[in-house]
Amino acid sequence: MSSQEIPEENLPAEQDAHVAVADEKNPFADPGLPPHEHRIQDIDERAARRSERTVALLFTVSMLATVGFIASYVAIPHDKSVFVFPIGHLNALNFALGLTLGTALFCIGAGAVHWARTLMSDVEVADDRHAIAAEPEVKAKVMADFRQGAKESAIGRRKLIRNTMLGALTLVPLSGVVLLRDLGPLPGTKLRHTLWSKGKLLVNMNTNEPLRPSDVAVGSLTFAKPEGLEEHDHDFQNEIAKAALMIVRLQPDDIKDKRELEWSHEGIVAYSKICTHVGCPISLYEQQTHHVLCPCHQSTFDLSDGARVIFGPAGHALPQLRIGVNDEGYLEALGDFDEPVGPAFWERG
Amino acid sequence: MKKLSARRRHPLAAVVVLLLALACTGGLYAVFAPADKAQAEESAQSLTIEEGKKLYAVGCASCHGTGGQGTSDGPSLVGVGAAAVDFQVSTGRMPAATSQGAQVPKKKNIYSQAEIDQLAAFIASLGAGPSVPTEEQYGPEGADIAKGGELFRNNCAQCHNFTGKGGALTKGKYAPSLEDVDPKHIYEAMQTGPQNMPSFPDTTLSEQNKKDIIAYLHAVNSDETVNPGGLELGGLGPVSEGLFAWIFGLGGLIAVAVWVAARTAKAKKS
Amino acid sequence: MSTTETTESRSRGKAPAGERVADWADGRLGIYSLAKANMRKIFPDHWSFMLGEVCLYSFIIIILTGVYLTLFFHPSMNEVEYHGSYVPLQGQLMSEAFSSTLHISFDVRGGLLIRQIHHWAALIFLAGMFVHMMRVFFTGAFRKPREINWLFGFLLFVLGMFTGFTGYSLPDDLLSGTGVRFTEGAILSMPIVGTYISFFLFGGEFPGVDFVARFYSIHILLLPGIMLGLVVGHLILVFYHKHTQFAGPGKTNKNVVGMPLLPVYMAKAGGFFFLVFGVIAVIAAVAQINPIWAMGPYRPDQVSTGAQPDWYMGFAEGLVRYMPGWEINLWGHTLVLGVFIPLVLFGLVLMAIAVYPFIESWVTGDKREHHILDRPRNAPTRTAFGVAWVTVYMIGLVGGGNDLWATHFHLSINAVTWFVRIGFFAGPVLAFIITKRICLGLQRRDKDKVLHGRESGIIKRLPHGEFIEVHEPLSQDALYTLTAHEQYKPLEIGPTVDENGVERKVKGSEKLRAKLSKSYFDEDGQIPKPTVEEYKEITSGHGHH
Repeated sequence: MSSQEIPEENLPAEQDAHVAVADEKNPFADPGLPPHEHRIQDIDERAARRSERTVALLFTVSMLATVGFIASYVAIPHDKSVFVFPIGHLNALNFALGLTLGTALFCIGAGAVHWARTLMSDVEVADDRHAIAAEPEVKAKVMADFRQGAKESAIGRRKLIRNTMLGALTLVPLSGVVLLRDLGPLPGTKLRHTLWSKGKLLVNMNTNEPLRPSDVAVGSLTFAKPEGLEEHDHDFQNEIAKAALMIVRLQPDDIKDKRELEWSHEGIVAYSKICTHVGCPISLYEQQTHHVLCPCHQSTFDLSDGARVIFGPAGHALPQLRIGVNDEGYLEALGDFDEPVGPAFWERG
Repeated sequence: MKKLSARRRHPLAAVVVLLLALACTGGLYAVFAPADKAQAEESAQSLTIEEGKKLYAVGCASCHGTGGQGTSDGPSLVGVGAAAVDFQVSTGRMPAATSQGAQVPKKKNIYSQAEIDQLAAFIASLGAGPSVPTEEQYGPEGADIAKGGELFRNNCAQCHNFTGKGGALTKGKYAPSLEDVDPKHIYEAMQTGPQNMPSFPDTTLSEQNKKDIIAYLHAVNSDETVNPGGLELGGLGPVSEGLFAWIFGLGGLIAVAVWVAARTAKAKKS
Repeated sequence: MSTTETTESRSRGKAPAGERVADWADGRLGIYSLAKANMRKIFPDHWSFMLGEVCLYSFIIIILTGVYLTLFFHPSMNEVEYHGSYVPLQGQLMSEAFSSTLHISFDVRGGLLIRQIHHWAALIFLAGMFVHMMRVFFTGAFRKPREINWLFGFLLFVLGMFTGFTGYSLPDDLLSGTGVRFTEGAILSMPIVGTYISFFLFGGEFPGVDFVARFYSIHILLLPGIMLGLVVGHLILVFYHKHTQFAGPGKTNKNVVGMPLLPVYMAKAGGFFFLVFGVIAVIAAVAQINPIWAMGPYRPDQVSTGAQPDWYMGFAEGLVRYMPGWEINLWGHTLVLGVFIPLVLFGLVLMAIAVYPFIESWVTGDKREHHILDRPRNAPTRTAFGVAWVTVYMIGLVGGGNDLWATHFHLSINAVTWFVRIGFFAGPVLAFIITKRICLGLQRRDKDKVLHGRESGIIKRLPHGEFIEVHEPLSQDALYTLTAHEQYKPLEIGPTVDENGVERKVKGSEKLRAKLSKSYFDEDGQIPKPTVEEYKEITSGHGHH
């Protein structure tokens, strides 16, 4: 679509086609720049002196504020807190440094602007604009130069050179792309497995003790990690990001989902704490409604119904961990989660 | 001391003094009463339960049933324990208004501590449950603030925010702000799980854990909390920071820009 | 006035040392030719033209404070036990990134101030760019020859968002870590390549031990480097194109009216840098930002309610929050639409505003240079589109804070979410219609003013008892200003059969263009501005009422 297709009369008249003086013919003509009017400072030297003093005062205040900044830095201990109304208790050094630095800077600016506004010339000047696009002769010269250059290089004639060069230039960035390969390992099946496996005890995150069924009361909320995973472990963060568990106890009668009941122990159910939406630790458990809400994007799951999604952007239920009790009476996992925990991904299936 | 002197003229000051005097008298009497101390205590206890039952009949029975067995309007109170009663009534949540919204809000408490104790004793007599914690349990001695912080982030922050400013739950329910909440009530809430809050019994969150959490909350969310950087902006994170940056940051700078670009006053008006 | 000028030039002449240095530099850099064109360059005065300066200066402030922060920050995820001065975290395990941020905040004198200036300036930088961009949009300053500069500015806004986000993630605190987790989830949602990109970005599984160091080099080197280049290009183009101006007496498309760079703008713009820095420093003294110590170190199994990103990512956060949870499982693969659609929408909504200038120039077919700004009312369709876009953006922001709306206005979070879901579709449509009507109303009022004069507020009683309000005719200046805007005629497709009776094929794009042009410029799209004839008829007939 080129401009040629637009008829000229559709475009408005050029603005500067107005005649410069308003007359009978054109009452809307541009009257031109209004005459300059003097400021008080331009005609009254006393006013100008006042402005000068104001500017000087502002610069002086700035100097004093810088001195104040250095003094505060030296004098105020870095951990001293003070009460400042109405802000509250705050760090004295931060407050003093910020205010003095702010004052020092602001006064320089205020002084300069006041100087410009009251004492520098305020006569408005009109500057001509010139078209950005080049004149036709310039363009013609450039085109001629280019053609000559292209001809001298013979790039149009020697196609073999042109094509191999383009090929080489296309291929060479591939080295850079290949170099990025070692940024990380391939996903493999890592997203499908967690530390949970058959016989692993459920360890209370708070007390670091293995949980017994009697520890978990109806209406309570407990978080667990797999036995053997300690905070000091080098892979703690990666493992807890998948293995974190949320344990609640429901009245077995309240459990609506058959599989959930089968995978529970005396109404104790263990669900992944990691939201299936984008992976926030979801644990806003409402003990009366049995709903859990994600604080990040408000996905809501019903723990009494297989952790089905009842609101929000999550696409599937929270994975449940099958649990039982071992010989010593401790809660244990009866295997890993049977589906990947956390956010969904292409290979999840 | 300043706070005390400021509150001396409070309208309730006389009541407080009177109650203190009564408590002292009662306490002194109990200490100095010569004979049959145990028996006296026991009969005092049954007297308390009796009083609690009367209060219960007036204030609570319409929803929770005459024997605390619960009705369609209120849950059973058998086995909730004295701690639950103390929490619910002292924070004014119970008795609830007849038509409450999504959740029963905190409001002005209408019972005296003595009455609450009587109610609590009555409810505790219906079935075993957590008793009201003592100062020793929730006081700051022996608490590990940093451990409390970790526990708070693990168990509480998801609903109550990093420093206990509160947050939203589903369908209009909310986790309230923990600012200025009595440590005793925080302890009781963890023990008993009021309304939709899950409970954190001692078996999963030990007494020491609870003490640590309370100490942490006191450090980060009380009158004495230091916010080194200045205004806390509600402690709500980026949303209030963003609003502040727009209104006072950019707004202030635009005001300055208007001054910089404005024409200076002319000597005479044309 | 003239005396000051002469003394000034004389005093400059008295400083041969300075001149000698200038000569030396000119011999090597050719600075005199450069200065000839630019020293007395004219800039028009308007507060809204200084929004860009707010951005430039906050960008400079961010770079200065950022360099200081790099002196103390350790971009490492090595686990350490904290033993600094902040008691409620002592003995806790955390990454070195987090503990060094605590060190800056509590143990480096002035470190907290610089951190807060850096973060406040970042929020203001982005807010400034947003408002600056809207100023340019609503006044039509993006028209030829400034389209490329519009794109430069747009890129700066987008890169600013990501620079901000990577910076916000560096301290490795519980809030920003949650944001990074969200990013990882969003990347995983991409079909086919999602898991690979995630594993490459995080060096394996989330969170791994690499992302802080990687975000660090992106945050302090890659993105700011590109941005610095774009800023320089942006400024060169502003100088080269010369600034736009609003219509007014003496201001034409062929000139620029204002004050010279030296001395007025040197003082005003230079002074404004200090004013901006001063205001931000005071804000950093009184208002706390991103108190990472209150949030604690990141643990993927911990979270706080009210988990939001900084405001400029709030729009994306909103899209993700109000999207329904669609997920399709087919042939062993999962299409995570619930996350992927918002990701795409985020890009599309941003692109919509970026490409608008090109759409408008295609519709008008106008290839001339434009240096006179439009008043928003005089381009109703553009203004309505802009307001509709801002509405979508704002609804995203509301949605991103739905939990805080719920708690602070005692609403249900589900109701707020439903409100924004509906608002996402209905809001922009309503905003478009209402804005267009308001613009047309304002145009009518302008026309009335031109033809009938200004309401003077003086009530006169006519001999036959009627009361009228006296209308004062407008000044010449006002008449010119109110009629200076250009008006296009709607485009016609024209005859589809030529003089030889051969039918011409009308392309679909041509039809679309004619339709758009009609909606822009027909009688429902603009009020024809008063003509000289109308004016003469009314004024000559004493028709001031």
